[in-house]
Amino acid sequence: MKKIKGIPGHDAFTAERLARALLLICAVVAIFAVCAITFYLFAKGLPALHRVGVGELLFGTIWKPTAAEPSFGIAYIILSSIVGTALSVLVGVPVGLLTAVFLTEVSGKRLSAIVQPAVELLAAIPSVIYGLLGMMLLNPVLYKLEKIIFAGSTTHQYTGGADLLAAVIVLAIMILPTVISVSASAIRAVPGQLRAASLALGASKMQTIWGVTVPAAKSGILTGVVLGIGRALGEAMAINMVAGGSVNLPLPFNSVRFLTTQLVSEMGYAEGIHRQVLFTVGLVLYLFIMLVNLVLLRLRREGGNDHG
Amino acid sequence: MGESLTLRRKRPTDSILYGLIYFCALLSVALLALILLYVLIRGVGSVNWAFLTTVTSKLKGTVGIAGNLLNTLMIVVLTMLAALPIGVGAAVYLNEYAKPGKLVSLIEFATETLSGIPSILFGLFGSMFFGETLGLGYSLLTGALTLMLMVLPLITRNTQEALKTVPDSYRQGAVGLGAGKWYTIRTILLPSAMPGILTGAILAIGRIVGESAALLFTAGAAKTLPKTLAKFFAKIFQSGGTLTIQLYLSATSEGDFSTAFGIAVVLLVVVLFINMGAKALAKRLDVQNRK
Repeated sequence: MKKIKGIPGHDAFTAERLARALLLICAVVAIFAVCAITFYLFAKGLPALHRVGVGELLFGTIWKPTAAEPSFGIAYIILSSIVGTALSVLVGVPVGLLTAVFLTEVSGKRLSAIVQPAVELLAAIPSVIYGLLGMMLLNPVLYKLEKIIFAGSTTHQYTGGADLLAAVIVLAIMILPTVISVSASAIRAVPGQLRAASLALGASKMQTIWGVTVPAAKSGILTGVVLGIGRALGEAMAINMVAGGSVNLPLPFNSVRFLTTQLVSEMGYAEGIHRQVLFTVGLVLYLFIMLVNLVLLRLRREGGNDHG
Repeated sequence: MGESLTLRRKRPTDSILYGLIYFCALLSVALLALILLYVLIRGVGSVNWAFLTTVTSKLKGTVGIAGNLLNTLMIVVLTMLAALPIGVGAAVYLNEYAKPGKLVSLIEFATETLSGIPSILFGLFGSMFFGETLGLGYSLLTGALTLMLMVLPLITRNTQEALKTVPDSYRQGAVGLGAGKWYTIRTILLPSAMPGILTGAILAIGRIVGESAALLFTAGAAKTLPKTLAKFFAKIFQSGGTLTIQLYLSATSEGDFSTAFGIAVVLLVVVLFINMGAKALAKRLDVQNRK
């Protein structure tokens, strides 16, 4: 029998089976990757907890990894990550939400055509460029401010403007695109009749937006906020360039170190137990991110129920 | 509309809110303008032909980023060689073969999780797994394999979206003509989904070009240029710093801001082109879907 291309013959059946098997392998790569990452971070991150002691490592505040009598307390580092993320979300989310409202409810087509691409481009700019600009533009301004505020102080350690505040501003800018685009699509998904009903009852446009539209898009907007939190927690290079990098209590004008920047600045040379502790830092960061992911999953499920 | 009603009773809080909304929207535009202008003004002077085609060398007195350009290009190609087949394959399996069930939701959950993991953790894992366990050390290959995991969700998701828009009648038509499933996928579904797949690929390239944290401890920072073809291929197994890594080093430990801003200009131009390319493709996809 002559073979016809594409018609399943004897060979074609083996090809079909082979293709199916190969595609399945491709599909499980993601599962394998997540399992491997989880396994490695736990396997490499747990030993230091045992060797240094859970309490001393997680709640100790002194970080002197290379001293004669080394001390590995990462409490300030964890705290800096939490405070830095929280503050940047506090600044970035209102601005992002207002911009999303602008894009979806207020602006005409022509203004949207300027703002929308600008937001997309902000998302595409590499983080090292944000870091570079933070170093050149933000740090000098903050240094001037620092000199004014701490003019008479004898205890303040000058940072040259490389402090928590600089990191917070850079992070707030970097999470903006995420917050804006996710909130905007949530607001767009709100059915038009809700707005119409509110306007028909005599509510003003602003009353409608804040009393009806935004609450209706609540779970989508929250998703954007949580995604922003994840991004801020995980950002490394940009804030490593602007935040100074000493292990300190996260006060606005202190030079600080985050979980991520801790890895960036010390992974290159750390050895022995110091290196193991850095893996623990990675593990702590990973656990935070997993928490964020779980919240996201919850939100997405709830969101799914809302609309269907 | 109720416009006349609302206009008559304009509340003061409304005007304040309008003001705030316009201010925030303008802020994004102003930020972008500031970033672009500042980088261009500070960096455009450092970018010239020699900067793009030579390697920084104290001996010869040259300042250039050719090595970093080549490293970036090689990382992009290597990563895409690995990520594109796997990502597209995963999407095809999820969309065309798998029946909804535990495995599918597990794969989708894993893909979601993967896209939420910060790049510094990918770097940490990559240096442990590909670098130490597999013995690849600091090399372009280690960096590319690490980034492969990072961009996988992006490619899978975009391909899935594109496959979903291919009408079922195409599949039924192919089956009706007696074509096998794999044959249908190869000749009908994948070509129809091509703009979507390409959009995902372009977005992935954008992420690779801009990535730094995941590469610092996987691909390293070397910036030499290979002289022979054999050395070119050997480079895959050697350390190599991309543009972003060099920018970081120039701005921090080397304190060479003119190089840093020069690289920033190059990066911005590349990112701009990638952004426009993805947009043009997305538009084409949109037009196709409406037909």
